[in-house]
Amino acid sequence: MNLIVEREKGLVELEARVTALRERDAASDEVRVLERKVEELRRDIFGHLTPWERVNMARHPKRPIASDYLAALDRFDELHGDRHFRDDPALIAGFAKLNGRRVMVLAQQKGRDTKENIRRNFGMVSPEGYRKARRLMELASHLGLPIVTFVDTTGADPGIGSEERSQAEAIAACLTTLTEANVPIVATIIGEGGSGGALAIALADHVIMAENAVYSVASPEGCAAILWGDSARAPEAAEHLKLTSQDLLGFGIIDEIVAEPLGGAHRDAAGFVGRMLATIDNALAGLAPLSADALRDARYTKYRRIGARRDESGPRMASVLT
Amino acid sequence: MPVPEWLRLRRDKNVQAEDASLWEKCPKCNEMLYRKDLGASQWVCPRCGYHFRMHAYDRINSLVDGDFVEIGTDILPTDPLGWVDKRPYKAKLDKDREKSKLSEAVVTGFATLDGFPVALGVMDFNFRGGTMGTVVGERITNLLEEARRRRLPCIVFTASGGARMEEGMLALMQMAKTTQAVQRFMADGNLFMTVLTDPTTGGVSASFAFQADLIVAEARAAIGFAGRRVIEQTIRQKLPDNFQTAEFLLEKGHVDMVVDRRELRETLVRLLDYAVDRSRLTPALKAVPEFALQ
Repeated sequence: MNLIVEREKGLVELEARVTALRERDAASDEVRVLERKVEELRRDIFGHLTPWERVNMARHPKRPIASDYLAALDRFDELHGDRHFRDDPALIAGFAKLNGRRVMVLAQQKGRDTKENIRRNFGMVSPEGYRKARRLMELASHLGLPIVTFVDTTGADPGIGSEERSQAEAIAACLTTLTEANVPIVATIIGEGGSGGALAIALADHVIMAENAVYSVASPEGCAAILWGDSARAPEAAEHLKLTSQDLLGFGIIDEIVAEPLGGAHRDAAGFVGRMLATIDNALAGLAPLSADALRDARYTKYRRIGARRDESGPRMASVLT
Repeated sequence: MPVPEWLRLRRDKNVQAEDASLWEKCPKCNEMLYRKDLGASQWVCPRCGYHFRMHAYDRINSLVDGDFVEIGTDILPTDPLGWVDKRPYKAKLDKDREKSKLSEAVVTGFATLDGFPVALGVMDFNFRGGTMGTVVGERITNLLEEARRRRLPCIVFTASGGARMEEGMLALMQMAKTTQAVQRFMADGNLFMTVLTDPTTGGVSASFAFQADLIVAEARAAIGFAGRRVIEQTIRQKLPDNFQTAEFLLEKGHVDMVVDRRELRETLVRLLDYAVDRSRLTPALKAVPEFALQ
């Protein structure tokens, strides 16, 4: 059950009523009163979202998913398979044109309904999906195409098969390949950015996040299970994890936020997707003049500075034990 | 050259054996074992060969020729998220520091192994389950950068429950940071080896652990990406006993070899002997303080 869906039920009904009334008599007092009420209700529900509410927003069944972004590109031609095991439907990849620019796109694909979600494994990528991604990252480097990624996953697939085929190696290899890539990389977090499974395609020169997307070290359920042995405490974990776009911008982990309409991206899906694509295009334009070495150096420095600092006051080489 | 004060050896000391209790029961064969004996046998049960988890300093002691110069001791944890659940994160750190006699979940430095100079990193499960937070990420990165500067082989012993929850996304980003450092290190033609010990999972296995030129797994170690409980919850069935063991990974083709701890040092030396031309080692490179301080 999605918290936001439950909350907005009354609002959706009211909005439908206003639309119907407006068609009959747009100038009536009743319409004006109701319109004001809709506004109030919207601000009430969405004005101050808690981290857990944002997680629910990121998982909203109507939220734009990767295929909505791909459909809005000038052109997209899907490329399949890891050349070893199978084609993973949870990760879509291929050539694309974005505002006339040639790019390589990698996207984690959730389903719109249960049937598609099962086919897409709820956007949880298996090793062969990451190996397909890696193959196409290398192709992009080879052809000089910038890499654009869309991240939307609770996490990498945790199944038996994924362990047998080494999910760990598949993710590590993606990270290595992105480190080596001699082309610009722009990553977008459009819904859920869950753990290493998200990072595998999000080590980038420029990271853009949708305002209501979330990005965390583990899914709130996973974090609660790890720390407290109880995944039901996910809302509490969400409070701790600092997973909102504002938090992450503050930490310098993401570079840019694309604002969403009050109530979420799905309330103006086409408009939001367009703004996201324009933001990506803008980032690509900024990175285009940089040489391969300059890109790689900047990428190294970007991640190098995240985290612990030396305590200069402390001893440089304190203990030696053998 | 006189050996500085901080290089004094403590070979006879076994950190783990100095615990309050004298005896330890082998979880596999139930034999009651004297902790001092266990310390002397590298924490392997003399009766059944069960591998206990090993303290980082004891591990280092069991490997290196003489001196070990520790670096990165000035890289220390903070509380970047201001995390408080049952206890504040800072209190958890304090407790683990006391319990584990370590300043963080990895020890990094320089030593020689049978005369081969190496950069050595050893993770320890006793400190926050060996989880990778900003300090582990920074110390590993620092080790690789220092090793790259000196063109030394680097060996990292992994033992980790994954990324550290209490440092949130800053912890996750250490996967990117360490991966980049490994890539740069290896791209220069340097040898990177990992020894996967019990347990190696999550963000550590999905970054530097599985990036190495050579991957050695310690016998019976649990190694994987997702935790066993997570998988069992997802598929709603019990997993076979050997699932995610070193031997399982060997069979599936994910590690170069599985080695019993008692043969580990000898194996690493043999591998170094293939990878490094012994005749090119200068006297300075064979003496730890010299190459470490360069």
